Amino acid sequence: MESRRNPRAVVDPKVRQVGFFTSSQPDSTHQPDPIASESHPVASSISPSGNSLSPVMIPPPRHNSSDTFPLRAAAAAASAVSPSSFSYSTRRDFPDGSMTASPGRVSRASFSKPSSSLPGVGMDSMAAAKSSSVPASGLTTVSVVNMPPGLSEKESDQKKNSKPLKEKTTKAERRALQEAQRAAKAAAKAEGGKAPLVSSGSVASTNVKAAKPAKPSSQKNDVAVAAPGPSEKKGGQTEKDRKKDAPHPRMQYDDESRVVKAKRRAVVKQTEAKNRVELFRHLPQYEHGTQLPDLETKFFQLDPMHPAVYKVGLQYLSGDISGGNARCIAMLQAFQEVVKDYSTPSEKTLNRDMTAKISSYVSFLIECRPLSVSMGNAIRFVKNRIAKLPITLSESEAKAALQSDIERFINEKIIMADTVIVKHAVTKIRDGDVLLTYGSPTAVEMVLLHAHELKKKFRVLVVDSRPKLEGQLLLRRLIKRGINCTYTHINAVSYIMHEVTKVFLGASSVLSNGTVYSRVGTACVAMVASAFRVPVLVCCEAYKFHERVQLDSICSNELGDPNAISKVHGREDINYLDGLTNNANLQFLNLMYDATPSDYISMIITDYGMVPPTSVPVIVREYQKEHSLV
Amino acid sequence: MWRRSASFILDRSSNSPPMADTTQNPDAISAYYQTRAAHHGVITSDWLAQAQAAVEQPDSSVSDLGAEKSFNVIDEFNGWRKQPDLAEAVAAIRAMAAVIRASEATTMMELEIELKKASDTLKSWDKTSISLTAGCDLFIRYVTRTSALEYEDFNSAKSRLLERAEKFGEISCKARKIIAMLSQDFIFDGCTILVHGLSRVVLEVLKTAAQNNKLFRVLCTEGRPDGTGVLLSNELSKLDIPVKLLLDSAVAYSMDEVDMVFVGADGIVESGGIINMMGTYQIALVAHSMNKPVYVAAESYKFARLYPLDQKDMAPALRPIEFGVKIPAKVEVERSARDYTPPQYLTLLFTDLGVLSPSVVSDELIQLYL
Repeated sequence: MESRRNPRAVVDPKVRQVGFFTSSQPDSTHQPDPIASESHPVASSISPSGNSLSPVMIPPPRHNSSDTFPLRAAAAAASAVSPSSFSYSTRRDFPDGSMTASPGRVSRASFSKPSSSLPGVGMDSMAAAKSSSVPASGLTTVSVVNMPPGLSEKESDQKKNSKPLKEKTTKAERRALQEAQRAAKAAAKAEGGKAPLVSSGSVASTNVKAAKPAKPSSQKNDVAVAAPGPSEKKGGQTEKDRKKDAPHPRMQYDDESRVVKAKRRAVVKQTEAKNRVELFRHLPQYEHGTQLPDLETKFFQLDPMHPAVYKVGLQYLSGDISGGNARCIAMLQAFQEVVKDYSTPSEKTLNRDMTAKISSYVSFLIECRPLSVSMGNAIRFVKNRIAKLPITLSESEAKAALQSDIERFINEKIIMADTVIVKHAVTKIRDGDVLLTYGSPTAVEMVLLHAHELKKKFRVLVVDSRPKLEGQLLLRRLIKRGINCTYTHINAVSYIMHEVTKVFLGASSVLSNGTVYSRVGTACVAMVASAFRVPVLVCCEAYKFHERVQLDSICSNELGDPNAISKVHGREDINYLDGLTNNANLQFLNLMYDATPSDYISMIITDYGMVPPTSVPVIVREYQKEHSLV
Repeated sequence: MWRRSASFILDRSSNSPPMADTTQNPDAISAYYQTRAAHHGVITSDWLAQAQAAVEQPDSSVSDLGAEKSFNVIDEFNGWRKQPDLAEAVAAIRAMAAVIRASEATTMMELEIELKKASDTLKSWDKTSISLTAGCDLFIRYVTRTSALEYEDFNSAKSRLLERAEKFGEISCKARKIIAMLSQDFIFDGCTILVHGLSRVVLEVLKTAAQNNKLFRVLCTEGRPDGTGVLLSNELSKLDIPVKLLLDSAVAYSMDEVDMVFVGADGIVESGGIINMMGTYQIALVAHSMNKPVYVAAESYKFARLYPLDQKDMAPALRPIEFGVKIPAKVEVERSARDYTPPQYLTLLFTDLGVLSPSVVSDELIQLYL
């Protein structure tokens, strides 16, 4: 896998380096090109002209942050200590620091220079950092936050060094910096052969007042030093900062500081899984089954959280509600409750406050389980409606309008859409058909039941897969109605495909380039069907369409419980993998979704009719037009 | 009858329910293709002129105002479609225009309901004709859209609809001219064109090319059982275009020397594929495998909201096939008159909306019907 990324400077095969880092953009998770960085000596980075950036770097905004000075010093010290290591944690110490500057451009060699020069350098940037005002900290937090694990701390230092502004530092501060550096050096020497990550990690933690107990970082390969940011920063948090605390629904989880910040505000205390596949580091992976009892006890103590939302969150967490439509409907109904119980606090407008509340509930739901695309679209709709509420409405009128809007959304876009889809799809079922379906898609189930009611003669082949075995639920429901069914595992799909006349699949979402994003295994079934020239029909409501484009199943996905793979329910004798969960050589990967390219899809059945996969952007366009008019 | 499953032997015994559908009307001949066959007999240029003259005369059945409108509609339609130069959809719309004229409705809603009923009758009378269905749908769509225009006076609205319906015939002819004009860029000097079936649009294209003094030659397939090849070669030789007749089976043999394939369409479906005379799919497959472009010339009113998944997914359209010799009774004959060509084998569609790629069809349909 690593060969796909930057092949030039792989230090530690476990550490992933990707592309090129741009510091001042919140969503970037790339690292700087180490080679390019090595070509820039330290000196050039602190030229007073301020134009010291290499052409590829984005000029930093001019920030100063006074309270980051001692920490900055520590980082400088730490970085001096481990020149060739990538210490992510030291970077972490300065979340609010003025480190918006470019990533590491300094050669590693420069760090081995006598430390006396460093403090000078560091101090300049310290000083520069020092005078930055607190409000800037919000922005810098975000930019800093995007350093992926294993980033060289030299870069972080360089960020500071390339600060064009020079401030004067007091003698005391300089002394403190030197002390810290010496301490760091000594500590590093003591640790000696340990992984550089760990050393800098521990160094960082000695220097930083950890607000939260850090997880045992020495065990893990990925640096999960959970120092959530120096607590003295807390006072300096601004509005912007708080806003950014809410995790972006597609937050990149290999970004430590961001994760930790999110955790700080988290209601659900999820512990991160220890052993993770490198390629999927950007997705969240938690230990399953640990939070439910904890959350259940907290049910009556949740002041900020509405009980309906809490309940839905718990249901997501335990897996009671799964499937795009079910999750979306549950969430929307919870929001209806929220609106019903809502009362505008004084001196706040309903629009803003309600939106803020919804956002906080959404972040709670994300912590329980990452959002599906259907939920994302529904949330966008709700926020849109809230924003469009005329100010002149009284509170009760506004609430009633909102509730009816949500009700209408559920009815029109989900329930009636399903009826229309069923109506179109049954025209494609002929007598004598052998229909294959995978998993348990609600839309397809409705189609099959309706076709059976119309007395069409067909039989169904249900294909299922571990670990969820969702097909069994569908099977049960079909058999109860008397439909002739066959049940098999996905391993056998190429064996039985020659008998099949049509394949009906469901989708979690359909993307703009016609890619179908659906339960893992769907792509496999679609590919085999296409190889056998069997038409593949995807049943998906139009509200699940999304304008983003995804080329593979890696960049955006969801990781499930890894233990579900190692254990087979009901077969306690299959325990060969017991005790190997924490083995460094073995990682479990339990993906939830995959992306099926549009070439394998014959037709998409939506409430807009039967369309080819190439017409999805047209529907997205028409859909948005309709929304903006409404 | 032949199923994919190895269990087709078992299926045979339980075959009676599914077979019942097809044996319902074993000799059901598609009226559409019957008419086309009749047209083919007369669609020579000598007759065309006479036909044009016939078009001008208002249909006499208008005066026959009976209480049974539905009956009226079908007769009307039949009357119109007998005219060889008239596209099927145009005939349908003319029939609907007659319905409006004969209608005694006093409100727009009432008129719409009557039209809907008439269109349903027409559609159910001949399920196999795609342009008929498409034409009816288009007209109903147009009616419902214009009724939104606030016409104070119902009568003026009615007359506007009538006017539009009558103009549709001209639109159809104009459409052919636009298509012919658009396709001129694709016919270069010295090219060899393979033509299948006898489409009036394709004929127009070739005529215009000849008039523009382009030097090209045409290979036409024999086109059994309609014998379209002979008729087409007749027409083209009159225009002094070098023509060569091929057996339907000689297409792959001659594909090397062909530069492009031109076909018309009975209907263009939502996926971007076309439904056309039997043999089009075969030719498209051969052309595709030899990297020759396949161009389809069709008017935009042939866009239909169908989406066949495979060859058998359409309403069956059968026609009698004569082999010239007696066939034993136990032998079945594949009598379908048309096939479906999936969009991946088509290169471009020439329509009056412009030169389109097959995926645009769905775009147009969504905009039209949603």
